[in-house]
Amino acid sequence: MTRLASGGRIDRSRPLRFTFDALPHTGFAGDTLASALLANGVRVVSQSVTYGRLRGIFSAGVEEPNALVQVGGGTGSEPMLRATQVELYDGLVAESLNARGRLSPEPDVARYDKLFAHCDVLVVGGGSTGLAAALAAGKAGARVILADEQAEVGGTFLGGRDLIDGRPATDWLAEVATDLAALPEVRVLSRATAVGYYDQNCVLIAQRRTAHLGPAAPAAMARQRLWQVRAKQVVLATGAHERPMVFAENDRPGIMLAGAVRTYVNRYGVVPGHRAVIFTNNDSAYACAIDLDDAGLDVPAVVDVRPNPAGGWPDRVRERGIEVLAGQVVSDTAGGNRGLESVWAGQRIDCDLLCVSGGFNPAVHLFIQSQGRLRYDEILACFVPDEAPQAVAVAGAANGTFGLRDCIQEGLAAGAAAASAVGFGDGHPAGAPQVETVAEHPIVPFWLVPDESGATQFVDLERDVTVADVRRAVGAGMQSVEHVKRYTTIGTGSDQGKTAGINSAAIVGALLGQPVAAIGTTTFRPPYVPVSFALFAGRTRGQLFDPARVTPIHPWHVAHGAVFENVGQWKRPWYFPHDGETMEQAVLRECRAVREGVAAMDVSTLGKIDIQGTDALRFLNRIYTNAYDTLAVGHCRYGLMCKADGMVFDDGVVMHVGPDRYLATTTSGGAAAVLDWMEEWLQTEWPDFRVRLTSVSDQWATVAVAGPRSREVLRALAPAMAADAVSFPFMAIREGMVAGIPARVCRISFSGELAFEINVASWYGLRLWEAVMAAGEPFGITPYGTEAMHVLRAEKGYAIIGQDTDGTVTPQDLGMSWVVSKKKDFIGRRSHRRADTARPDRMHLVGLLPVEPEDLLPEGAQLILEPRQEPPVAIVGHVTSSYRSAALGRTFALALVKGGRDRMASQVYAPLPDRLHPATVTEPIFYDKEGLVRDG
Amino acid sequence: MSGSEHPDHLWRNPDPKRSYDVVIVGGGGHGLSTAYYLARNHGITNVAVLERGWLAGGNMARNTTVIRSNYLWDESAAIYEHSMKLWETLAEDLDYDILFSQRGVLNLTHSLHDTREAHRRVYANRLNGIDAEWLTPEEIKEFCPIVNLSPDLRYPVMGASLQRRGGIAKHDYVAWAFARQADAFGVDLVQNCEVTGFDLDGGRVTGVQTSRGPIAAGKVALCAAGHSTVLAAMVGLDLPIQSHPLQALVSELLEPALNCVVLSNAVHVYVSQAHKGELVMGAGIDPFISYAQRGSPHIIEYQLAAAVELFPIFSRAHVVRTWGGIVDVSPDASPIVGLTPIENLFVNCGWGTGGFKATPASGWVYAHTIARGEPHPLNAPFSLDRFARGALIDEHGAAAVAH
Ligand SMILES: Cc1cc2nc3c(=O)[nH]c(=O)nc-3n(C[C@H](O)[C@H](O)[C@H](O)COP(=O)(O)OP(=O)(O)OC[C@H]3O[C@@H](n4cnc5c(N)ncnc54)[C@H](O)[C@@H]3O)c2cc1C
Repeated sequence: MTRLASGGRIDRSRPLRFTFDALPHTGFAGDTLASALLANGVRVVSQSVTYGRLRGIFSAGVEEPNALVQVGGGTGSEPMLRATQVELYDGLVAESLNARGRLSPEPDVARYDKLFAHCDVLVVGGGSTGLAAALAAGKAGARVILADEQAEVGGTFLGGRDLIDGRPATDWLAEVATDLAALPEVRVLSRATAVGYYDQNCVLIAQRRTAHLGPAAPAAMARQRLWQVRAKQVVLATGAHERPMVFAENDRPGIMLAGAVRTYVNRYGVVPGHRAVIFTNNDSAYACAIDLDDAGLDVPAVVDVRPNPAGGWPDRVRERGIEVLAGQVVSDTAGGNRGLESVWAGQRIDCDLLCVSGGFNPAVHLFIQSQGRLRYDEILACFVPDEAPQAVAVAGAANGTFGLRDCIQEGLAAGAAAASAVGFGDGHPAGAPQVETVAEHPIVPFWLVPDESGATQFVDLERDVTVADVRRAVGAGMQSVEHVKRYTTIGTGSDQGKTAGINSAAIVGALLGQPVAAIGTTTFRPPYVPVSFALFAGRTRGQLFDPARVTPIHPWHVAHGAVFENVGQWKRPWYFPHDGETMEQAVLRECRAVREGVAAMDVSTLGKIDIQGTDALRFLNRIYTNAYDTLAVGHCRYGLMCKADGMVFDDGVVMHVGPDRYLATTTSGGAAAVLDWMEEWLQTEWPDFRVRLTSVSDQWATVAVAGPRSREVLRALAPAMAADAVSFPFMAIREGMVAGIPARVCRISFSGELAFEINVASWYGLRLWEAVMAAGEPFGITPYGTEAMHVLRAEKGYAIIGQDTDGTVTPQDLGMSWVVSKKKDFIGRRSHRRADTARPDRMHLVGLLPVEPEDLLPEGAQLILEPRQEPPVAIVGHVTSSYRSAALGRTFALALVKGGRDRMASQVYAPLPDRLHPATVTEPIFYDKEGLVRDG
Repeated sequence: MSGSEHPDHLWRNPDPKRSYDVVIVGGGGHGLSTAYYLARNHGITNVAVLERGWLAGGNMARNTTVIRSNYLWDESAAIYEHSMKLWETLAEDLDYDILFSQRGVLNLTHSLHDTREAHRRVYANRLNGIDAEWLTPEEIKEFCPIVNLSPDLRYPVMGASLQRRGGIAKHDYVAWAFARQADAFGVDLVQNCEVTGFDLDGGRVTGVQTSRGPIAAGKVALCAAGHSTVLAAMVGLDLPIQSHPLQALVSELLEPALNCVVLSNAVHVYVSQAHKGELVMGAGIDPFISYAQRGSPHIIEYQLAAAVELFPIFSRAHVVRTWGGIVDVSPDASPIVGLTPIENLFVNCGWGTGGFKATPASGWVYAHTIARGEPHPLNAPFSLDRFARGALIDEHGAAAVAH
């Protein structure tokens, strides 16, 4: 065991059992899986992805490249978690991975939710800087959100031994936490990692809510939560990541980042070895030597690349009798299957732990995502934030400010400034507490220990990429880090190269004879840490993937056994089968009812747009291909609209319902797109028009009553409404009471039969429907669905936009020149005159009668003229609609055929897998050509 | 897996010469393949490819590498099928393992409408000699077992079209393979060289202004994808192109789980698993117009919701990286390849969300167009003046499949 007897922020009274690769171990509450593994003497935690080399825990945080594990049990296992970030719980089951995860086939039953929040100041990172910033902004009165990725705030200094105002820094931490909790406008989110920084200061935060509880997690609680925060000001206090130096055989278990070793000792009471060597180019790792010495380890040497490290830290270390090997490097290591056994630093030094520090890289990932720019700081030897286009400030280690005192000061100042920028406080921070500081000996940038022996030197541990790979890439002609990244895969792992990126840039620079500053970094992209698919998906799953829209009449349809079809977001009755009926039988029966008796359909799903304003008429005239000048109040007119390319886009009926007021219907699936389209023109092209558009699709319920006996049903429902053909002509609108409900009735027909559409406020929809069914009962009224409606309209040759058209069809192609005004301008008109759009041999909508009357052509079937051809075969068109007709007693189809109107009575063939199916081209109207029935 | 699978030498990094016979603006996949075929098919090697950033760092480095040729219209089918045939021998032609894998591309349908349009495409493909099959849900289960075929889905899977010859390739390797061979023919690949203006003499282009100085050119060939409008505007040419962000993402490396490419329009996502094991996916464009290579988070949220709907097994995979490219969308969602009203200036753009698969054919026909001064029969229908004539090749109508 390598657990210290005391110390750290773990609770030794709460042991937790867990297994790793099926072996049982015990840790304590407050441990991460990584600290517990180290405490149990587990040094090898994975094999590398390409070379299968043994790897150990390297870091103590998000940057971990080696300790990737599968954490399982319960409701399926999660791949590729970092042991350094997995909080231990009792019963945890983990397995090692070779940097490649496994997807569990067990369904993920957990919930993931989302929350949208706004604040004045968002502080990212709850280390000393972030806490100070949140405190300053909060005290000024701003609404503050502080997000920190760890289980408790405190950041790096939980792993240190600093004194603040003469007391352990953790005392200060506790005070600040209490102060923050007392501020009602400050919200502290823990286990919450800011992962994405988007435009307009939108920051995504992924919060883990139950994973640390293991099986004890409350079932009703969302496992994770995705916060989308809009902040007026953002303070990034995201700290810095320690970077290693690169040397031969630098990947053995037992080789760790020096700061991480300190964290294991001080925060978790774990010593990850027995005999430790430090390898550094800066002062920070000296503190590691002291901590290890205090913890009772043998520390034979600090290997420092600097020629004469002097001053506070080196002196303190020397005072303890630890040898400082100045101007030396670790140039090689040796070890066995438990990891490191010795290092070579001009001499062989036996050790099982090597603590490496090559300096620190400010965690600028979010800053880059915010479109901030970096600058290379020669003194600090790292990239630091420079210009920032968004309202963001970077403070503390993330800004290249590394001392605790300076971090707190900078945090306070940034918090106060951010609050004051949005109107809270005067921008002057409170005084900072006293922190002991030690004068530092400057860092000497050092990246790569030269090696002539051809030994393996790893740059990216997760991706198993070596210096030789980088050399090869540069040798091949690559000069950009982005190329080297793609050629070698450096930085493409799940750690996003947090410990590899800058080293790789420096090595590329060295090979090209350029400074690292000139090489730059690759672009950091969201997310900052891996985020589960399920969290991004949130609640948008199952039936909530896209909420289903149903009409007020829906319950009746369900109760009466309707089979539903998805039409856009709507659930529409497709047909209403009787017991033992097939779909075909049901549809034929429904069609017959419309043609011979009376039938009713719920058409509430049609899009409805209320158009008001003094320019409404002008607007309609431009949007639709036909003109509305002569449309009197109380009448309606069929309308067609085109896109700018002249192709049919949608259709519907425009009702003139009052002075300067119209109601336009759209196809059920097209409502949103049509409203969008209208708004786009109004807002961008005709902003001077006085027109207001309102979607009222859901406000009206509509029942179509169709069939020769529909008038009788209407009379029964609305005795006061004159329904005879003269008083209530085709395309007229009447307002009045229907079944005791205020209603607007239109005489329009999509079936070609006499028909009335009754519109009522949607909350009366069901009542109206029931009244219609009751009034129609003596006439045998039949409910019908979309399929019968499709057949009936096809018999009349009415195109369904989106089925018989596909964005390449003009009104003329549909044979609908009658609905295209020759006099006025409208969207698409100019395009109709283009040479190709005016060609006579375009695809025309025609009818098809299969030569065998029982032959039902599949919709989508392509048509050809010549039976025997080898591919590519010339295609002349395709079947758009195809049905069996009760009225015709046979099958028929609609099709788009090249020059179709000139091919009447000629033959085309549908080549289907079984054989060729011949059909005769006809007019696209099969029923009541004269319109007598409809107008009756 | 790293470095060693690549050749030792890829390209020189020459400084630009004062003048070239042909200057190609834009060193993406299409620019590089154009340079290669100019040299290989037409013997024109005094050529420079000018790239403002690093070679193939635009959409070529950002796309999700779906390759298929099952387009609806004859004109599209012809050019994309030509591309497919080139893909089938490209690794040998270029002597580079580009990881081309014909693992099959499934297009799922979720409504009667989708299904009708998919059938239409399948029937059309077969007549055009392109392999196409219709799979029932049971057949999908066999072909790709992890697709969620539950009837409880909000939009249940009703079937799928399948092109078995479709698949993926490694985008970067494709670019480098073309670059390497072009370089070997003597083509100068000039990086960090932004074209900032054009030299005109009457109605003729004679050269370009660049961030590395003026360069004279016998012919200038635009190949700048998302930035085509910016370049064309420099010569007063108004291209009918809108540039939109298109985002994509990858997961961490995972053990093999998905054996083919799956696309769905209604539950909008498309996904494949790359050779190393990461899931690669994308969805629709960000609706706003932009030249910035980034998009909005809700697009990512929606596409992952779709992914988890269709593949519940993906639930606990993680997004490791998201990014955006800028795609050049034309009014009919088909490319523009051909001459311009300005003599000796050529244009190749409008490939939008789906031009990776066209990389070889695009270069092939564009090189022909540049060399001969007239379009190859395969790109003749894709001329710029089709918008004035109205001879659109509308691939985003009802049967639309992006990517
Ligand atoms: C996220 C995403 C996913 C995609 N998925 C697929 C897919 O699955 N299948 C598919 O087939 N297609 C896909 N595409 C589309 C495909 O990537 C593009 O159609 C194709 O890459 C465009 O051609 P290109 O490679 O030449 O473009 P690019 O690689 O963008 O090349 C254009 C080059 O021009 C350069 N340039 C611009 N302006 C100048 C200037 N002034 N001077 C010099 N150089 C300049 C740019 O820097 C750039 O390198 C996708 C695209 C994206 C963004």
